[in-house]
Amino acid sequence: MQKSWSFKLTPFRYLLIGLVGIAIVVALARLVFGLGAVTNLSDEWPWGLWIGFDLLCGIALAGGGFSTALIVHVLHKEKYLPIARAALLTSLIGYVIALVSLLMDIGRWTNCWRPFFYWGFHSVLFEVFWCISLYTTVQVLEFGDIFFERVKIGPLKNILSKAMVPLTILGIVLPTLHQSSLGSLYIVTVDRLNPLWWSMIIPFFFVWSAFFLGPAMVTIEGTLAARAYNRKPETEVFSSLTKVTMCMLIVYFIVKMIDLNYRGVYSMAFNGSFESNMFLVEMIVFVLVPIFMYAIPAIRNTQWGVFTASVLVVVGVVFNRMNVVFTGMAQSAGGHYFPSIWEWLITLGMWSALALAYLFVVENFPILVKEDHEQEGLSSGKSVSTGRSVEA
Amino acid sequence: MSKGVLVDVSRCIGCRSCMVACKTWNDLPATKTEFTNNWDAPGKTDAYNWTVVNYHLIEQGDQVKWRFVKRQCMHCDEPACESACFTHSFVKTKEGAVIYKPTELNQDYCVGCRYCMVACPFGVPSFQWDKSLPYVQKCRFCYDRMKEEGLKPACVTACPTGTLKYGEREELLKEAWQRINSNPNYIKRVYGEKEYGGTSWLYISDVPFDEIGLKTTAYGKPVSEKSIPSYTWNVLKWTPYIFVGWGAILTALNFYTKRRDEVHHHEDMYEAVNTIEEKKDE
Repeated sequence: MQKSWSFKLTPFRYLLIGLVGIAIVVALARLVFGLGAVTNLSDEWPWGLWIGFDLLCGIALAGGGFSTALIVHVLHKEKYLPIARAALLTSLIGYVIALVSLLMDIGRWTNCWRPFFYWGFHSVLFEVFWCISLYTTVQVLEFGDIFFERVKIGPLKNILSKAMVPLTILGIVLPTLHQSSLGSLYIVTVDRLNPLWWSMIIPFFFVWSAFFLGPAMVTIEGTLAARAYNRKPETEVFSSLTKVTMCMLIVYFIVKMIDLNYRGVYSMAFNGSFESNMFLVEMIVFVLVPIFMYAIPAIRNTQWGVFTASVLVVVGVVFNRMNVVFTGMAQSAGGHYFPSIWEWLITLGMWSALALAYLFVVENFPILVKEDHEQEGLSSGKSVSTGRSVEA
Repeated sequence: MSKGVLVDVSRCIGCRSCMVACKTWNDLPATKTEFTNNWDAPGKTDAYNWTVVNYHLIEQGDQVKWRFVKRQCMHCDEPACESACFTHSFVKTKEGAVIYKPTELNQDYCVGCRYCMVACPFGVPSFQWDKSLPYVQKCRFCYDRMKEEGLKPACVTACPTGTLKYGEREELLKEAWQRINSNPNYIKRVYGEKEYGGTSWLYISDVPFDEIGLKTTAYGKPVSEKSIPSYTWNVLKWTPYIFVGWGAILTALNFYTKRRDEVHHHEDMYEAVNTIEEKKDE
């Protein structure tokens, strides 16, 4: 039974559409009149909200795609299948946002195709650029597998199905590389980025945090989707995923401490400066607190508990990226930067577009698990997980 | 045969001839200045002021000294901007100049990502924020004068006090140490000899470098003597190995934990959420 395409318009969605509309107008103005006319960027602060938030955080938040793909499709932990497609979808939309914000942000946007032909392979940005472009393509193809379940074009579906395994693997290798290279971007800021964040292993911190953010992001997104569509959230799946996140958070914390000690900047975390306070907040509120929340079953197994802890993890990664881009650079950059109203409007519009795209896709494509099989699915999922873990 | 300029801060009288010469030779537009609490006008290099002279009032005991420091691109031996650029828009020429190819050689493939600005340890590359399709701008060491006409950079020609001396970098370095060793007033250091792997512009001074705006420490530690590209390369060189190695590991894992396809039929498992349908049901 094929339903027709549908998109119910609610007042909230009208608001989102309005925000997207405004953003499009501002974006056009930016493309015509240039960055200086629209943004508060300067020689001291060449990178602002669009790179710092939309690109770096957008890509990090899209980490759910590759971590879930690794867990579900490579390690074949099938009890997590219910969330696999939703994770892929959010990730794909996140990457599109990142690409759009990148186009907004580059000054000579008419040259945006040039890097495909002039290979500055000694630049970290080269790796970021290629991986993001390729990975977005891979994700579109992965999504094609879902797309053709709704839009029946047999031959294409068959070709894609056959390519799924290599695509999935490429879809993990590429984001691993560029999540880390987003961190490597800041290796170049020797003596500029505050040593609390600058490290030769910042690529590790970036890729690791993007990975553990994945399950947390999936939890938030799943809980919100369940609430929006009056469904039962897959709490059991979420609280089981917390094991992954918790272990990775612990490793993250330990490596961070060892790294600070090794570089002899441990004491900088406690010198009372603005940077040190921001760093302490990052470590305590957004790393240690979630670890404890995940560790305690009474919190982990409740819907609000797993949700709150996941929110902390996600906000924490955003907070970390913001610290790298802004807090850590403030002292060496001098001057000050606060995004202009136009920068905010474009950012708002992009994230509104993300929400709208998500709503449209889940309402028209098979993304979430079938509701009427929910009870059955959950209980069988349980037996599958216990039964299969012996085999696997 | 890498060229360089030796800047002797103790000889500068702050006349700003160099700034005027730079503007004239490079056809740079005048910029409106403002009254501020210091004597710098403008205070920092930007897209239309490729060199500036900064004024510093140094208090040493009961002595007060004026020192004037010409600032411009340092033309690093291994430039951070070049290594950061992913379209090869910067190049260190064999003459020693670090030039920006889109405006210098008409090789216009810069996308304006401004990573060069993030990367430069001296904060030199500037953006034409007022243009709709801006270029990056900075001192180009008068590459055109140097290369085609064998002339000194415009600023060096204009300097009336011999503060600026143009020549082979190696010879300038020798001369710098000669001056330092023959006069006890000088700080025992040539700024630019080792900083960030060495620069084509070299500074000697009779007052401490950090008091005249030249960065000697960062976050309580001496600035790096390794070039910035050497840091990035240490990480980047692993990329192919990670790509192949990680891909191989994943493939192996994938086969090891092989899924039994018959267990899950995706088409039966997932469905679209349709809010209209739900409304009807209610």
